[in-house]
Amino acid sequence: MDPLLAIDDLHVEFAIHNSKLQALRGVSFDIPPGQTVALVGESGSGKSVTAQAIMGLLPDNAHITGGQIQFANNNQKILDIAALPQDSRAMQDIRGGQISMIFQEPMVSLSPVHTIGDQVSEALFLHREIAHQQGLQLTRDMLDMVGFPDPDRAMKTYSFELSGGMRQRAMLAMALVCRPALLIADEPTTALDVSIQAQILMLLKKLQAELNMAVLLITHDLGVVANLADEVVVMYQGQILERGTLKALFTTPSHPYLKALFAAVPRLDIGPEQRLQSVHPIDYDIHALKQDHDPRSEAQNSLPHLQVTGLYKTFYAHQQGWFRRAAKANPAVIDVSFKIARGESFGLVGESGCGKTTLSKMLMRALKPDQGSVLYNDHGQQRDIYALDNRELLRLRRCMQLIFQDPFSSLNPRMTVFDLIREPLVIHKIGDKAYHAEMAKSLMHMVGLDPRYLRRYPHSFSGGQRQRIGIARALALKPELIICDEPVSALDVSIQAQILNLLKDLQQELGLSYLFISHNLAVIHYVAQRIAVMCQGQLVEIASREQLFAKPLHPYTQALLSAVPIPDLTQPLDFHRIMDGRASKPQSWPAPYTVNPGQKTMLQEVEPQHWVRQVSDSVPQRAQA
Amino acid sequence: MLHYIIKRVLLMIPTLLVISMVTFAIIQAPPGDYLESYIAELESQGESVDKDKIAFLRQQYGLDKPLVQQYVHWLGGILQGDFGYSFEFDMPVSKVVGNRMQLTVLVSVATIFFTWLIAFPIGIYSATHQYSWGDYGLTFLGFLGLATPNFLLALVMLYFANVYFGTSIGGLMAEQYIGQPWSWDKLSSVLQHLWIPVVVIGTSGTAGMIRRLRANLLDELQKQYVITARAKGLPRAKLILKYPLRLALNFFIADIGAVLPSIISGAEITAVVLSLPTTGPMMLNALQSQDMYLAGSFLMFLSTLTVVGVLVSDLALTLLDPRIRLQGGHQR
Repeated sequence: MDPLLAIDDLHVEFAIHNSKLQALRGVSFDIPPGQTVALVGESGSGKSVTAQAIMGLLPDNAHITGGQIQFANNNQKILDIAALPQDSRAMQDIRGGQISMIFQEPMVSLSPVHTIGDQVSEALFLHREIAHQQGLQLTRDMLDMVGFPDPDRAMKTYSFELSGGMRQRAMLAMALVCRPALLIADEPTTALDVSIQAQILMLLKKLQAELNMAVLLITHDLGVVANLADEVVVMYQGQILERGTLKALFTTPSHPYLKALFAAVPRLDIGPEQRLQSVHPIDYDIHALKQDHDPRSEAQNSLPHLQVTGLYKTFYAHQQGWFRRAAKANPAVIDVSFKIARGESFGLVGESGCGKTTLSKMLMRALKPDQGSVLYNDHGQQRDIYALDNRELLRLRRCMQLIFQDPFSSLNPRMTVFDLIREPLVIHKIGDKAYHAEMAKSLMHMVGLDPRYLRRYPHSFSGGQRQRIGIARALALKPELIICDEPVSALDVSIQAQILNLLKDLQQELGLSYLFISHNLAVIHYVAQRIAVMCQGQLVEIASREQLFAKPLHPYTQALLSAVPIPDLTQPLDFHRIMDGRASKPQSWPAPYTVNPGQKTMLQEVEPQHWVRQVSDSVPQRAQA
Repeated sequence: MLHYIIKRVLLMIPTLLVISMVTFAIIQAPPGDYLESYIAELESQGESVDKDKIAFLRQQYGLDKPLVQQYVHWLGGILQGDFGYSFEFDMPVSKVVGNRMQLTVLVSVATIFFTWLIAFPIGIYSATHQYSWGDYGLTFLGFLGLATPNFLLALVMLYFANVYFGTSIGGLMAEQYIGQPWSWDKLSSVLQHLWIPVVVIGTSGTAGMIRRLRANLLDELQKQYVITARAKGLPRAKLILKYPLRLALNFFIADIGAVLPSIISGAEITAVVLSLPTTGPMMLNALQSQDMYLAGSFLMFLSTLTVVGVLVSDLALTLLDPRIRLQGGHQR
């Protein structure tokens, strides 16, 4: 069969400050009609540039310097897209009409001031000669097809009224409304939660079959590839390293880079002693900084490092009306209790909006809870952090530090690395400038960065390097407990392994306690010893890593686990089990887990050290966690 | 939505009341009153002052009463449409201002349209052709316009018009039409004169708006939704008008609150230089000579326009931007 799209020896060059950057160096591959080709590689490998070249959406400073992109258009005529001017009529006809694209960031890919109906129908009216009413009807049908429960209402909604998953559905509707022959999906699910990701993948697969279109799937997630692709193309630094059928590449990867990529992905089935192999390993010297930890007595260590009891927090959305202010209560954290032992890595997993970040803010006393207490073990004394006065709190802050999710916005772009790393020391008035310089050097060694970089500004570092700067900053005060809030979710897989290994080594070597927050179960599995699962503000299950993954009891945990795409052909996603978001609705959980207004649920120990939230009278009561 | 509008309108009442107090305090703040500066002026010219006449006038205008009473009297008058009496012009304020108001509004509205007409195409061009020669050239012109004071530009133009064309470009119409009722000839004379003050007054505003539009549009052009729209196959011109420009308009709407009062008060100094028969110089004069009711009326009028302008721009923003309309009231 003739390919739908044939890329032959494509070269793309970027002009940056009078120098040339070769973004693509001789890329060739075919996309057969109706098939899914996955383009795999880390950021900067040229995946997105390839897609932009196909769409004629290259930035102004990029030029195709060689090669062809042969596209068989709907009249069975072969067009060379590489030779077409990007703003030509012919190219505009192809874009959106015959080749469509969806993007990674559903939150910003839609215009906030135009309705979904307007944006979806726009492509239709551009490319098809169609009466207005009929076009709107087709748009409604498309919205229905991608899973909007009420297409009529969806036509009139704005993007900011929708959740991330629904926005991505709207994007899909927009891309597919003209029934294109090829859909380019650029990291379509990277920004989404696992269960939403699974739903979107399922939808993509279903629509592909219904519309008989080819898909070019760009991703760095090998789990997604395993579940969707027919053929795989692996890219690195603008070149294709390896290509072949999914089966061939996954069972017998031959190129070392692909092998390395497989070894870098955290999986649920690796043993506790196994380490991830980073694609870009870094050298770091954890003992560069002498930790003068005071030797703690056994008695101290038997007390939990952090004990959280019965935390509640509710936010109110004010709705203004005549003479009254109705406040709609949004409970964000409900009855959360757990303990973190000294030196333990405690994982907290849950989807976005489940209250993870609110919880972490309350632990740092950045927010006050409505109820509950947080006891911190301060040299054998359990102190309630909400009862501390400001001076004591400042002292305790030295013991607890945060590592943030976004390495780009968490570093002040106007401060040098040195200033960033020593800022905590300055705030807490520790040491003089010579000491700061000494500390900063040691910290840089610790996270595997060259101390000569201290004078640079954050913008000259990659995402992974920035995250390491953030880690160095968190370590500057020699904390005992670190809250890692999604520290790797903004990073590439190849970088992810490197950061995870660093964090894991730091924790073990320095005896740190971690609260490790993530939505990625595989990451949590790799780092955490005990894991709590959070859903809609409540902890639904707490267990050791082994127990949780071997025997998840709560329906929500089970649903989460079944939604993780695994880079293994023998464990495909079970699309039938992925109910449309039902697993995260407490009302639809089966007894004894169901949550009804009248019934009280609480965490109950169903087996040693394995707690599950259940209706309180379903099991003989034991003490609460 | 209706609740919101009613609430905002009701809120304007206390706001304006406070403004009126402040206004009154300000016009009363300099020592003395109009009659005293009037006496001083007469005495400096060597004329004698009739004490009885002054006392009569003082009583007539209520200047001998306590401040609070004067304020209440003034405010009460305004509420009934009586803006008081101008000492200097010796006639009711509404009559003094009324004559000039038409021309002022004409000049200002023409200036605003001039600004928009020039600024929008240039701003869009500059943003879409960033760092091109065209952009640099227009940016240079823009900075020049921004940096040149209006009155200086007015003087320069007066000079050149006189030297090269031998005409005086001051005023808003040929002399024979001043004080005459409106006619076609008068209108055409006005239109012939109008373009100079419009260009002079509008230049810096245009330049400023080009800069702001360019900056706003550049921000929006980077956004992902623009790429999404391009990926749909939208032609470039249509795309820019429909998406980024629409989102870059917010600043422009928010500006209305500031534009409305400047219709009345804008460009006083330029108006003085060009001897335009607008309200700007009159207000300046009234403030100088402590013509309290005239000055007070002006200030009140400007404040009212500001408050109304802000309301209008808030409502327009609400209509234009669904994010404001639908997300309002959400708080943590």
